[in-house]
Amino acid sequence: MRNASRIPNVRNLGIALRILLIVNAALVLAALISSHELSGFLQQIASISTFAQPVLLISLFLLYGSLPLLNKLGYRKGVAAILALVLLSTAGIYSFFNQFWIFSDLPSLPRTLLYALMISGITLYYLNLHQRAYSPAVAEARLQALQARIRPHFLFNSLNAVLSLIRSQPKQAETALEDMADLFRVLMADNRDLVPLAQEISLCRQYLALEKLRLDERLNILWQIDDVPPDTLVPPLVLQPLLENAVYHGIEPLGKGGTVTIQIYTQQNQIHLVLKNPCSTKTNHQGNKMALNNIKERLTLHFDLEASLKSRQANGEYEVHIVLPYHKQT
Amino acid sequence: MSDQTTLNILIADDEAPARNRLRELLADISNTHILGDAKNGKEALNLASEMLPDILLLDIRMPEMDGIEVAQHLQKLSKPPAIIFTTAYDNYAMQAFDMSAVDYLLKPIRLERLQTALHKARALLPGQLAALAPLSPQRTHLSISERNRILLVPVADIIYLRAELKYITVRTAEREYLIEESLTHLEQEFGNIFIRLHRNCLVASAYILGYEKRNHDENGDKQWVALLKHVPETIAVSRRQQHLIRTT
Repeated sequence: MRNASRIPNVRNLGIALRILLIVNAALVLAALISSHELSGFLQQIASISTFAQPVLLISLFLLYGSLPLLNKLGYRKGVAAILALVLLSTAGIYSFFNQFWIFSDLPSLPRTLLYALMISGITLYYLNLHQRAYSPAVAEARLQALQARIRPHFLFNSLNAVLSLIRSQPKQAETALEDMADLFRVLMADNRDLVPLAQEISLCRQYLALEKLRLDERLNILWQIDDVPPDTLVPPLVLQPLLENAVYHGIEPLGKGGTVTIQIYTQQNQIHLVLKNPCSTKTNHQGNKMALNNIKERLTLHFDLEASLKSRQANGEYEVHIVLPYHKQT
Repeated sequence: MSDQTTLNILIADDEAPARNRLRELLADISNTHILGDAKNGKEALNLASEMLPDILLLDIRMPEMDGIEVAQHLQKLSKPPAIIFTTAYDNYAMQAFDMSAVDYLLKPIRLERLQTALHKARALLPGQLAALAPLSPQRTHLSISERNRILLVPVADIIYLRAELKYITVRTAEREYLIEESLTHLEQEFGNIFIRLHRNCLVASAYILGYEKRNHDENGDKQWVALLKHVPETIAVSRRQQHLIRTT
């Protein structure tokens, strides 16, 4: 299934932007070829645009609306349907222009349709290539390589902490080992598919319970989860490695400890994950950068331009801000 | 040390479970006595110089001051304790330990391993310590031994370091200390904090207020001096270092 070509997801901002760019580049190219001087070129662009932009926008709207249907058709039939849609909207606009506008230099209908077909074909071909390069097919290997790795430091310190509990507090030791088992199950699982946010949050809670065991009152956690659909899908381990960094670089070097704040909220159909921790003078540890780049790349592979990760440091505080599209299980 | 004498042991680890674990293990080993435990590097140093343990079980990654730096400062004591480092996982540290043959225990620690380590524990040799120094590239404090106590001067509080005969004067806002180190080594270690304004003087750039031209030179030439925060004295800038004034 992963290797199959898929209908381009025009509902994704990155894909929609790419379509607009390619089509407009093709229009400019066409204008360049068919004109001799600069003034002629500008005029040519203007007249082509007046006709082509409405076609482009209407086609995009139609595709946006019919995407679920197209997906059901499969790739080949879907592409045929897309081309039909484009031709239909071209013909529609053409007849509209012919009736209400006197356009002397409008080429004949068959020629216009041929142009529309060519440009759509090129765009679809490019998007197919792009999809092969970026989404699951090839990215599978990259995602596999990017699987977050837990710090050995954490593993051995946690085992040590559990050992210290066995004699005096066996019940607590049991809970700790169960948490560890869950954590490592996720870490060792196939982490290529998106998971519900609620699952990631509960994993983070188990991880933090283990850290709390070691650091006790030095580690304070503040969760601020605000009106977030728990079924929204996120890349697995999008938050846990960041928490691990916050504890390792932010809390552990502080003798008195500190607070890690996790804010999760929805804004304009986007999910925001904000993580803050105190930071001492030295920053930009290699380990920290590695985790950030890893998550950044996984976000790109899953969401393209629709997700972002920013980090900044101000007033003795380090902050990571992730924005994700609200993505529900289908 | 023969098996009959009781070993006095100090534990230093920032994590309570790790300290508990060591206490439990040591309870199973005869002829050991736990003097106390320290929650960070500074506390370890204070307790060690106060209690003079035979053995210090020293975690490496600790807040305030890491284990390697604690070990460095402890050498100022007339009878420093034997140090056994404990660490969860650190590739570099393990390599450094192996190379300089310092004893270290990997967490989680096994009873038998701890027993063997206690048996063969010996004070660190200067060469071993030098080999570990790169693990803690920059000390957070300079130390001075005073009547078998270790006095710590935070590097961040030091305004300037001036070489005088065989000592170096360490100037803070409150007072002056004398330490036995080489100015060149200090310059290498703390090059990001201090700048060399004169052949015999390193000044913390954070404490420099500005520069002024004064009549000071024995030839009557005007000479640049650096004005400093918190202290009235000024530091002469040697001719060779005058380019620093323009760049700072």
